Amino acid sequence: MTRQLLTGNGAAAWGARLAATDYVPAYPITPQTEIIETIAGWIDGGEMDCRMVTMDSEHSMVTAAGAAAATGVRVFTATSSQGLLYAMEMVFTTAGWRAPFVMVNVSRGLSAPITLEPDHNDVFAARDSGFLQIHCASGQEVLDTVLMAFRLAEDPRVRLPVIVNMDGFYLSFTREPVELPEPAAVARFLPPFDPGPISFRASKPLSEAVAVLGGVPYSYFRYEMHLALENALAVYGEVSQAFAREFGRTHEAVEAYKLDDAELAIVMVGCFATKARSAVDRLRAAGTRIGLLRPRLFRPFPEADIRRHLAGKRAVAVIDQNLSMGRGGILHGEVAAALYAAPGAPPVLASFVGGLGGRDIAAEEFFEIARVLADAAAAGQTPKPRLLFTDTELREVRKLQAIAEVERHETAGKAPGEST
Amino acid sequence: MNDDFIKSLKDMPSAHLLGAGVAMCAGCGGLQALKEVYDVLGKNTVFVNAAGCLTLLAIYPFTPFRGSWLYTAMASAPAGAQGVRDALDILIEKKRMPPEEDLDVVVLTGDGAAYGMGLSATSGAIDRGLDFLYLCYDNEGFANTGQQYSAATPHGARTATSAGRQGYPGYKKDLFDIWAANRPSYVATAIAAEPLDFARKVSKAKEMKGPRLVIALAPCPPGWIFDPSQGPEIGRLAVRTGAWPLKEYVDGKVTHTHIPHPRIPVEEYLKLQGRFDHLFRPKRNEAMLADIQARIDAYWAGVA
Repeated sequence: MTRQLLTGNGAAAWGARLAATDYVPAYPITPQTEIIETIAGWIDGGEMDCRMVTMDSEHSMVTAAGAAAATGVRVFTATSSQGLLYAMEMVFTTAGWRAPFVMVNVSRGLSAPITLEPDHNDVFAARDSGFLQIHCASGQEVLDTVLMAFRLAEDPRVRLPVIVNMDGFYLSFTREPVELPEPAAVARFLPPFDPGPISFRASKPLSEAVAVLGGVPYSYFRYEMHLALENALAVYGEVSQAFAREFGRTHEAVEAYKLDDAELAIVMVGCFATKARSAVDRLRAAGTRIGLLRPRLFRPFPEADIRRHLAGKRAVAVIDQNLSMGRGGILHGEVAAALYAAPGAPPVLASFVGGLGGRDIAAEEFFEIARVLADAAAAGQTPKPRLLFTDTELREVRKLQAIAEVERHETAGKAPGEST
Repeated sequence: MNDDFIKSLKDMPSAHLLGAGVAMCAGCGGLQALKEVYDVLGKNTVFVNAAGCLTLLAIYPFTPFRGSWLYTAMASAPAGAQGVRDALDILIEKKRMPPEEDLDVVVLTGDGAAYGMGLSATSGAIDRGLDFLYLCYDNEGFANTGQQYSAATPHGARTATSAGRQGYPGYKKDLFDIWAANRPSYVATAIAAEPLDFARKVSKAKEMKGPRLVIALAPCPPGWIFDPSQGPEIGRLAVRTGAWPLKEYVDGKVTHTHIPHPRIPVEEYLKLQGRFDHLFRPKRNEAMLADIQARIDAYWAGVA
């Protein structure tokens, strides 16, 4: 076992390499591109026995990924943001094919306005597709989760594609020490992909993804997908235990941090949750009994784990790095649905939205959230949802608007460069 | 099989691989084209399909194919072909599948996908030299949704979305030339009503590697508005009037496989189809008929 300083993207590429991926259909998009460049370099250098094809779009990329997986090879791909949305028709479709492959999404805010830095509206848009969805918070987790994702995807009880998510820039471009598992150990944990009877062969003609007539067969196949995703909860537990046995690292469906004796809790996904973890330490040092719950698994949703970990808490804040327009935080709604009528459900479930397009969530904001939670717990009343934005930030935007206004008037009717 | 093999109709394969009893319209020109092609291609074929009329051939749990089938989506059948082709190659290279299990990968789409939404995926497949055959059944409109105009609709044709007196104002896109300009292995036009020419072209294409396209004009009784019994006649007239030139592209050279001589006036072809009825009734639209004829004449004037 060796340790290397790897970016999140580098860790994802190592996951694909160690998994002995056969095939990578690709399409460049920031901040994911480093993954496919890394893999392309290994293939060119003879270090990875894999075929990579740059497609004409993410829509084609996911089509090729699903078609190759349906033909019986191990497929990895990666995308981000606009690319994931461009592919969305095929994200739903290839899940319906029950094509097992792994796609890393490097989260990035969605247009408009167009931007590069992360939030989770891209990946949450794939929530209902039939892909499993796992959110990572560190480079090690990215590498390990790619390996786990292949085993999950290819399990005959699941047989569905998996999205492994990491946050753009903060995780994709940050270097951390990452342990590279021994290929022999990976081979023990992840045996070669056995497509079973589902593949295209001359001697075994097969029709895949044919049309159905009417709601009855349609419902049957859609329910089958849902039940397979539900199966994936138990399979996840097995995979996680097998991974821990082989590699000594545990990646549960949810990470519970200092929750046991906590009165207050924060729920977050992704690498911004590490900011919450550090805030929990500082708040605890100041005497606040607070903890963090970080679901890694988002689809299937680990409802029982969430109920169990949050039972008996006086107040919980869900911090969403996404925004469902006209509704609010998506994770908040998911957690609320999981907790509804659960024994010991927290009486207060507050919603905060922050970190959109890579906007930081500062330590002071976590302290403020903890204060709001404590007050709400005392009052026994859930506060109104809050969109995190400071007066200073509003002043910054006002300055930009002032510049835009001045520029518009100063240059009105004049060609660029013409003096006023 | 090479193209010398098929010298006359007697040499045509008669395997009748495509099963009967499918949900296509009576007289479907696309189905007839596929039926002829399938006998030449054989059952070791995986069809990768995009949304269109022929998507309804395989409806769970039935299929008329002896071989394999993958339905993708409207825009990305060539990308599906890329995934299947690459996976089969990888399996053979890594000795995880014996070579005799290999399949010919054939994209099967209508003109809506081939001339329009699928062009990005098609273009990519040509760039990459993908080893596949693209069979387009061109019924000159979005027939499966009720014949709205597509990029393949001919000038003046009345469709569900060009129902005015002038019909479709645009001109049929030249998909043959778009492909040929990018120097693929093979491009051809064909029609089921000329089965010998069609079988020779498919047979030739089957023996080649790389990107290959065969566009089969597919007379469509409900979309073009004619009695299904007239399909073969309309098909022959499309060729004999010069409205649908039969040609192929190989090694940088375009060859016409049939030069209609003498060329019958195009109105003989148009007047059998209800979609052009407005050019004849209540009174003849001489200007438009002359324009359509002039364009056909200009095309053939350019053919050496």
